[in-house]
Amino acid sequence: MSHGPSAPAHAHGHGGESTPYLPVFTEGSARRRELDDLISRYPSKRAALLPALWMVQQERGWISEDAMREVGEQLDCTAAYVKGVVTFYTMYHQHPVGRHFIQVCTTSPCLCAGADGVVKAFLEHTGCKELGLTSPDGKYTVIEVECLGACGFATPVQINEDYVECVTPEKVPGILAALGD
Amino acid sequence: MVSLTIEGRAVSVPEGTTILEAAKAAGVLVPHYCYHPGLPVAGVCRMCLVEVEKLPKLAPSCATAVGEGQVVHVYSEKALEARKGVLELLLINHPLDCPICDQAGECELQDYTFQEGRADSRYREPKRFNPVEDFGGDVLYVTNRCILCTRCVRFMDDVHEAPVLCVSERGDRAVISKAAEADLTQPWAANVIDLCPVGALVSKDFLNKARAWELDRTASVCPGCSQGCNAVLETRDNVVMRMKPRPNDEVNHFYLCDVGRLDYHWMNRPDRIESPKIRLADVLSPVDWEIALGQAAEALRGRRAYVVASPHLSNEALFLLKRIVTTTGGEGAFRCATGPEAALLGVEDLALRADRAPNVRGAELLGFTRRDTDLLAGLKPGDALVVAGDLMDGADVRRAADAAAVIVVGSTLPVGLPTPVAVLPIANVAEEEGTFTNLRGRVQRFLQAKAAPGLARPSWYALADLATAAGAPSDDCSLPSRAFAALAAAEPAFAGMSYDALGLRGATVAGTGVAR
Amino acid sequence: MGYPHKSHPQETPVLSKHFGDPAARTLEGWKARGGYTALAQALTMAPTAIQDVVKASGLRGRGGAGFPTGLKWSFMKLDDGKPHYLCCNADESEPGTFKDREIMRWTPHALIEGVAIGAYAIGAETAFIYIRGEFTEPIRVMEAALAEARAAGVIGPNAMGSGKRIDIWVHKGAGAYICGEETALMNSIEGKRGNPRIKPPFPAVSGLFGQPTTINNVETLTAVPHILNNGAEWYKGMCLSSPKSTGSKLFSVCGNVAKPGNYEVVLGFPFKEFLYDVCGGPPAGRKFKAIIPGGSSVPVITIEEAEQVRMDYEGFLEVGTMLGSGGVIIFDDAQSMPRQLARLARFYAHESCAQCTQCREGTAWMTRILERIVAGQGSFEDLDTIFDLSESMTGKTICVLSDSCAAPVVSGIKRFRGEFEALITGRRSSTVAVGV
Repeated sequence: MSHGPSAPAHAHGHGGESTPYLPVFTEGSARRRELDDLISRYPSKRAALLPALWMVQQERGWISEDAMREVGEQLDCTAAYVKGVVTFYTMYHQHPVGRHFIQVCTTSPCLCAGADGVVKAFLEHTGCKELGLTSPDGKYTVIEVECLGACGFATPVQINEDYVECVTPEKVPGILAALGD
Repeated sequence: MVSLTIEGRAVSVPEGTTILEAAKAAGVLVPHYCYHPGLPVAGVCRMCLVEVEKLPKLAPSCATAVGEGQVVHVYSEKALEARKGVLELLLINHPLDCPICDQAGECELQDYTFQEGRADSRYREPKRFNPVEDFGGDVLYVTNRCILCTRCVRFMDDVHEAPVLCVSERGDRAVISKAAEADLTQPWAANVIDLCPVGALVSKDFLNKARAWELDRTASVCPGCSQGCNAVLETRDNVVMRMKPRPNDEVNHFYLCDVGRLDYHWMNRPDRIESPKIRLADVLSPVDWEIALGQAAEALRGRRAYVVASPHLSNEALFLLKRIVTTTGGEGAFRCATGPEAALLGVEDLALRADRAPNVRGAELLGFTRRDTDLLAGLKPGDALVVAGDLMDGADVRRAADAAAVIVVGSTLPVGLPTPVAVLPIANVAEEEGTFTNLRGRVQRFLQAKAAPGLARPSWYALADLATAAGAPSDDCSLPSRAFAALAAAEPAFAGMSYDALGLRGATVAGTGVAR
Repeated sequence: MGYPHKSHPQETPVLSKHFGDPAARTLEGWKARGGYTALAQALTMAPTAIQDVVKASGLRGRGGAGFPTGLKWSFMKLDDGKPHYLCCNADESEPGTFKDREIMRWTPHALIEGVAIGAYAIGAETAFIYIRGEFTEPIRVMEAALAEARAAGVIGPNAMGSGKRIDIWVHKGAGAYICGEETALMNSIEGKRGNPRIKPPFPAVSGLFGQPTTINNVETLTAVPHILNNGAEWYKGMCLSSPKSTGSKLFSVCGNVAKPGNYEVVLGFPFKEFLYDVCGGPPAGRKFKAIIPGGSSVPVITIEEAEQVRMDYEGFLEVGTMLGSGGVIIFDDAQSMPRQLARLARFYAHESCAQCTQCREGTAWMTRILERIVAGQGSFEDLDTIFDLSESMTGKTICVLSDSCAAPVVSGIKRFRGEFEALITGRRSSTVAVGV
């Protein structure tokens, strides 16, 4: 499906799959304070789970089983419970991805606007051979995603956090160049 | 109370009852998968959709409370069409595993498909494939067969209170999963195997061992600990193939712990005493029952009997051993192995108990002294040592040399004792009928699941003869029910109890007061 | 494009009046444009009085269901002593819909004001704005605006000095269309998988954290301050056709059309004029062929049917579709309907939460059949199978995701059967997009 399979072992990103996990919410850290503050908004600790997972992904680039265990400990859940949540929501990476995570919307309105051509262009110009596989230099991962909610500005592409709108195949090389390293 | 009509049958149930449970009361089974009376309602399988007149949509009967005057159809065309649709969809990715799947013959997907499903498949696409996963403990997860009913997840979450399973992924990629940090080795985890309606969660112990339709099923009681969980012994060709829980709201609800569940192999052990024996020139020689009983009676004449009874023996057997003790002015003792207690937190008063034997309470009520560490402490020189059921492994048997004679009543020869003058072979718990008393004073019947080997006799039968031969009052103990009647007549703790009234659910001892 | 367009003369810009105006994003800028007068007024009114005004206005939920908002608010028992919650549904994942994003990134304070009034009107001290995880820009803008509002005491423990507490928090999603379903949204806030819940119990009885809760769409809440400022009669008066459909609506127009974008018109506007005049008609050299008018979960109609319609809840029902979220997806004569519908079915299969058998298996099966037809390997039996499947997938599940998959597919096959048959009989393969 459109959310790609695992990245190869040489994928770059914040810490590959072989580097040991560094906890995010250590006692006294800023993130810990942020998490504690967040928890205070809700009557249950568990409600801070999605935000906590976002923090982990922002710090470490992806969410490993070790990370799931750490988050579980902070919020009084088991690692299995956290796993069930992480695997439900497609924006959480369960494996490292390229430094530029390129998500092209290909749902019907964008298909009308030629999204498939945009996908092809990204795959070609990034050197990623397949959807979901990170490019050999670790820079890019290209996937198809479902409706990004910017259908009037087709084809929208989300790169890491940001939207680039009205993308056509011709614009792709320029977009990639602007990304830098 | 709410009154409604289900499949033409009038029924009246308390307010808040679900339509599915009301249908049970009316004698109508609504086909379902994800619903289970021991688990919180999920309402996801969509099998239980019923037609309720005047409602615009079919109602999920497991999750819909009854309404006054409702007219419910479970087998109307609409309901049948809906169920047929669910069954078809459950089968599109389901592998054609029946020939190799352990669940065949006791599979609810087979059953309902045969009853109401399509006769053919319209699916032309490649089937989804996932590899088998070892979940740890006794549990294997055959991912391809899973219908995502989530009973296993709900059991671990809410009944076991150990949320180590989850649903992973979304859509038709969803599977049951676990984290690396925890396996299904929790004390009651293997119950997910029973809960799974299909062959997705299977027992490693039972893997590929037997077909469900080859098995005979006998109501029994798990002999693993003093909880007395009701069980079913499943046998094929006189061999116990597995033990499963039998529902009892008062004792174990729907569950059996992993320790008990897997501890049945010894019931098939081959090193059995197959015939009565007597000591001839210091060697045990097979003889017939008359002679062996005669020898045993002779050994008891004029002596105190020191009886080491096993808490694995039935109430009837222990009662008759007590008669021997009383008649000879002797003493009775027992020991019981212990282990850590492991509660099933979501069920009131259910645990794998520390005492790892089914009839400790029975032994206590019948006057046997518990001597876990020094079993033979009360043995006096010149006594006749009667070892009944205990294998004496790990026991301090030095004092046995003080006994004038040793009589063994058991199914396997105990170790380390002086050569007994007589050996009387008896059946084990799978091979005879009787009752146990659990830690809450509940007397429960177990039935005979297989034949005892050779000339071995039921324990109450052999001990009735031995007791009579030793001079004890000879009540009619020619049937287990009569032995129980004699027990109930003679023992205040069991006063007023009737074997027939025990049924297969049991009853608590009166008089002594049941401590909780 | 990229920035919103200048309003077409036939539009009625109420919610979209300040789209594209960066100065409208700040608290001061919003106040200068009349903002927060409605909240100030609301805080002097009884909650039931506010509910009555909204009821009288005829405002209906703009997220897709079209349920009368004032009536929904009145389900909350104001004197039950329990904590109440307002959830603002900013999950906006319905294909073809992109209006809430614009509201949030251009007029964040408009939403804050609407949320605050809504919270107060239902007796809630806490409101959560659940924004889909992909919307990083709207999240940034909303967080900044909320920080301003808190700092200025507009919201917080003493909202506008009224003595009433109104806390508003953003809760970020993480990629799941189904979290736009109100009960799944609540589960997601609670830190669970976004599984919809069985109803009853309804959210107003047992919702977020088991407490009474109301869930409203962004556009719905953003309309509330205008209703309070201008009166229920004013809003009711914005009505060009059915009296049950009042007010203005943002229609998100996308697909094969000259000028895609969000257009705000009064409900009951004639669809033909909308498509050809306001939105600029089809792309050069092309003709309109098919339209899904309410976000992808509603039946697809032909351009001929569309040209007869008045754009309101009742009008779309008359031609066998629905207004839904107002996401107008337009297909021109160059599009292959089978290919488009296969792609749409794939969307639903990807988004299914996996609880209900019919949805989990049915959406995937339907997708595979359609993709096979598109690849030129379909048969007539496949069409019968799809129709059968759609029966299973309609009216039998916890939520309506599977119904939403079946609706466009079945209506598309019925109205454009010729295109399907050509692929089946001609065994001609249509161009298949990369990755499909």
